[in-house]
Parts: sequence; C-alpha cells; structure tokens
Amino acid sequence: MSIFIDNDTKLVVQGITGRDGSFHTRQTMEYGTNVVAGVTPGKGGQTFEGPNGETVPIFNAMDEAVAETGANTSVIFVPPAFAAGAILEAADSGVALVVAITEGVPVLDMARAHAFARDKGVRVLGPNCPGLISPGKAKVGILPGQIVAEGPIGLVSRSGTLTYEAVFQLTSAGLGQTTCVGIGGDPLIGTNFIDCLEAFEADPDTKGVVVLGEIGGTDEQDAAAFVSANMSKPVVGFIAGQTAPPGRRMGHAGAIISGSAGTAEEKMKAFEENGIAVAKRPADLVGLIQDALA
Amino acid sequence: MDIHEYQAKERFRAAGIEVPPGEIATTPEEAEAIAAKYGGTVMVKAQVHSGGRGKAGGVKLAKDAAEARQYAAAILGMDIKGLTVEKVLVTPAEDIDTEAYVGVLMDRKKQAATFMVSAEGGVDIEHVAHETPELIRKLTVDPRYGMLPHQAFWLANFLYDDPKLIKQASKIIAQLYDAFVNSGASMAEINPLITTTAGEVKAIDAKMSIDDSELFRRPDIEAMRDTSSEPASEVKAREAGLSYVKLDGDVGCCVNGAGLAMATMDLVKYYGGEPANFLDIGGSSNPDKVVAALEIITSDPNVKAILFNIFGGITRCDDVARGIVEATKRIDIGPPIVIRLTGTNEEVALEILSDAGFPAYTSMDAVVEKAVELAAGGA
Repeated sequence: MSIFIDNDTKLVVQGITGRDGSFHTRQTMEYGTNVVAGVTPGKGGQTFEGPNGETVPIFNAMDEAVAETGANTSVIFVPPAFAAGAILEAADSGVALVVAITEGVPVLDMARAHAFARDKGVRVLGPNCPGLISPGKAKVGILPGQIVAEGPIGLVSRSGTLTYEAVFQLTSAGLGQTTCVGIGGDPLIGTNFIDCLEAFEADPDTKGVVVLGEIGGTDEQDAAAFVSANMSKPVVGFIAGQTAPPGRRMGHAGAIISGSAGTAEEKMKAFEENGIAVAKRPADLVGLIQDALA
Repeated sequence: MDIHEYQAKERFRAAGIEVPPGEIATTPEEAEAIAAKYGGTVMVKAQVHSGGRGKAGGVKLAKDAAEARQYAAAILGMDIKGLTVEKVLVTPAEDIDTEAYVGVLMDRKKQAATFMVSAEGGVDIEHVAHETPELIRKLTVDPRYGMLPHQAFWLANFLYDDPKLIKQASKIIAQLYDAFVNSGASMAEINPLITTTAGEVKAIDAKMSIDDSELFRRPDIEAMRDTSSEPASEVKAREAGLSYVKLDGDVGCCVNGAGLAMATMDLVKYYGGEPANFLDIGGSSNPDKVVAALEIITSDPNVKAILFNIFGGITRCDDVARGIVEATKRIDIGPPIVIRLTGTNEEVALEILSDAGFPAYTSMDAVVEKAVELAAGGA
C-alpha cells in the first residue's frame, strides 16, 4: 500500500505544454504513472507526446479533462501568477488530489485557494513542493524516480533536495519506502505533517516514518503532539536550520524564525519530548529508523 | 520585504487611514527645514528595518527646528542593530492621550490574515501576548468575505469605551485590512494607535512587511526597496536569481535546494566550523549562475574555504560538474574549493572534477569535514 497515490492514480497535468510541465510529464510517464490528460488553455484538441511515443490528449479546461478521462489527481506546473487560479479550477473539477509544484505563489492568493479547496473536500499538496512518489506505483511531481525503492518507510518533508538526500540514504541502506511526500516550503500549505502521519499510521505497509522539518512556523510541534497521542508506529526526525539567524528567510518562503518562534531548537525539543528520535545530521537518520524498527 | 515607516504610512494614507504628515530628511539641514515648516514640536525618527528604534536612541522629540537639526545630526549615520540610519522622518508631535496596538499578520495555522489588538500600545506586543494574553483580542478574517463591519467594531470595542473613539477605530481597523490586502502584505502594524486629547484616533507609527511573492505584480511596492539596508552581496544575489543570506563564519556554502542548504550549514557547525552563508543555487547547472554564486561567496573576505553540496536528482551531476569547471576557468578563486556531487551521473561528474584537479566527494559528511579543516588552516 501507499498513501495519496497508487496504481489507480489517473493524472492530469495543468501546464503540460510549458518547459517544466513537459519535461516532468515525460519523467512521470517514464516512471510508469498513468498520465491521462493535459490542460493548457488555448491548446485543447492538441496532443502531448510521451517518452515512448504515447499520446496524451490536451484540453482547454479541467472540467473537460476530468469528464473525458476520469482523471482523479492533478499536478500544477503553471507560473506563479496563475497557479492559485489553477488550484481553484482543479478543486472545482472533481479530482480528489491537487499537487501544486509552483514556487512563488502570492500567499494571499493561497489563503483563498486553500479555503475554497477545504470547502470542496479536495486535498491540496503544496504549493512550492516537489510532490510525492509511491515507489513502484506512481509519482506525481518532480521527485527523482531512480533514488527510491519499495519498502516499509513513510517519509514526509518540507524540503526538496534534503528529501532526496534522506531517501537516497534510506534506499542505499536497503530501507525502501511506501510513499515519500514533500509537503512544501511555503507558509500556507494544503497538506501538513499531521495529514501525512495520520495516513501513514493507517497504511498497513508503512512500519516507520521519517519526518524532515525545518525552521519557521509550528507544524513540527503540532506533529510531535500528534505522534505522541495518536501513533503506534515509530517516528524519527531531523530539523534543518539549527544555524539559521532569526528574522531571515532561508530560501523557502516559510523558513523564517519570527521573533522567538519557529527555531530548530524548540522543534527538536518538541520531537524529543514526544518520543521522536532526532537525528543530529542527515546521516544519522538511517541508524535511528533501523533501531526504531528493530 | 520590509518597507520603511514612511513608506508604510503612504500605504496607510492610500487606504484612508488618518496618519499625521511627515517628510524624509537625509541631512540635518533638511530636518531643520522640515521642522521649521511644521513649527512647534516634532518627532525625528530613524528609518531602519528594525524594531527597538526608540530604545536605541533613534526616535527623539525636538521642541523646535534647531533641536530637530541636532537630533537628526545624531541619528543620521547611527548604527541600529547593524543597520546604518540613512534617513529620518520628521513629523509633527501629537498630543497623545492613550496608546493602543493594532496589527494584522498572515497566520500560518489559520491560513488567513489574523488581527491582534490591545489597549496596551507602544510596547512590544510579543511581550504583552506572553505575559498578559487577556489584554489581547484576536480575530481571523475569512479571505472569502474580507473584514466584516461588525468584526472591525468587535475589535475596536475592545480598545475604547467612548463610542466616538470606537467608531473611528473601527474604520481604521477595516482600512488597515484593505491596506494589508492591497499591498500584498504579510504583516501590517500600527503601534501605537493613539487617541489625542482632542478625541481623535490616529496612526502615529506604521510597520509593514510585503510577501516577496507579491512583488512581481506590484512594481510600485518593489520600487520601495531600499538596497542600502542590505549587504551588497545579498543585492547582487537577488539580481542573479540566487537565494543568499550572509552569515558570520568562514566556510562558504553553495548548495542546491533550501532544505539541503540549511542542513549543510548545520553540518558545518556539527564539525566545529561556522558557515559563512546560506546559498541555494537552485536546480540549474548554468555556469553563469555558478560564476555569480562564486563571486558572491568570495566577495566575503571572511571566507577561507568553499564547499559545494549538490544532490543531482532531476539535475544531472555531470552538467553541474561542467558548470563548476567552466565557472572556475572564468574567474580567479582565492580560497580552496571542495565539491560533493551525488545522484544522477555521479561517476562521470567525479571524473570531470578530478580531471580538472578538484577534490571531489560523494558523501556530504566527508566534504563538510574537509571544508571545515581547510577553513581552519589545515591542508
């Protein structure tokens, strides 16, 4: 099993004809994900060619794409100015999961889009996230398929390349994954740590979970409280940004210590107090999860 | 992006908020002329992106133009928390009766703009929130409806007893929400919101931070950027499309991805070193970006060693390796460079690097340990 995406995922790509959209659609198809449609306004009726000569129909709008193909998941590669609009359209089209890769979406736009999607009961992942991958089943987004393997570990992270680093170390140590989820580095994200932890707890194939947090906000503290109250499976973690100065944005829009809140120190403390073993460096994660599973 | 008090006041005025007049001076003579024009007592206020200006001596009450000149001379050039004061705002002093606090910020947990108001104004609101939370009233604004009239009233009603003051404050609170939304802000604050002895409610201070992701569609606000308040290296990085934050250590870091960049800095510390910077070079292997990154890192005289930590997922390692080799041919780099590349096509990448004479690693720990050793003067 896996969480959020699997062999039944039927993916529609919003912004399929753009540079990033087309590149990652080919990678996604190469991995074996069932890409059923693309959407680019004004290019409806054309087709997109996959890496092995497959043809994917392109539609002008999401409702047409969903009606014609039965798509249940969408991934968004449209520029920041149009990304929130694309999320609203997707949430209104009948798909159950919307994965927003775009970085730099205005936060006020996202406040409205998240409220709309919540009302519709649609899960949004991101924005500003690398997406997710269920090894051997499906990938949605930009996580590299070659570094993952099937296995018992669930992984959830606010980062991109730090996720790759951790996944790569897990895979190299023979620890495959059920699903790896990048929830995104923005201040307002649709799916948080708790949503993923809850899903991993319910997934029978997931035996242990790795959580990669970073400075900014209090999602990690909330996740820690959730783990101690609701999880039977072992969870280990890492927090990036121990050396980050307060008040400065560290790349991700959400990675900023405001006042005294959101430091790595208090997040690590919350993890430890709630039974989440904390890795001092990424290389220690493998040992910790092996110990936890033993 | 933070904007200055006088700029935030422009945004407030545009939303209709009652803000006393004021003008910017960059010399003591200008400050004197502005004070003379207003006549009477004026405030001379340092314009820097920092809290605690008053405590640092950057805000003074001058009884006449001559005193305004003296204070401006003292404040201009002053260092407040590492920032040099280049401008002062000269504004007529108000006849203050009470001071309240009104602020709005984007609440990550509620995923919407959230107001905080308190009759305890003019002080550090984080302190009030911590010590006496009962003195604060909070309200989250539903982004689909905006600020509703009764909500603005509910907040204002917490500040005053006098219906005339409540009415004025309700209007200002609703206008502050408009200013927040129309500026693409992530935070807007009036501290203090005063009442005068004549019974007027006015914003005599203003603070605003803009969501960086809004700037592409708000050129008028982008034009408010004050590059003099940032290190030159950070300005250059932004222009090159790189995410860079200067720190105080001596190990220069060049990493792809923000999370990995933070983890790399932390690992430098773990091995006993101090990172010189945060730098996310992004997913590109473009030699121009690598050149820009190296120029920015080496512009910091503290840097004694430079480390690259690149995880090639979608980006191919051999492309990045070629980019680094090409970049180092174009510019002279003083400090030693050590490189870690792992992921797609790493074997080819390592060959390219060793042919070019660079020590190359595949382990993050090994490269960081080496960089720390080099920065400490080791071989």
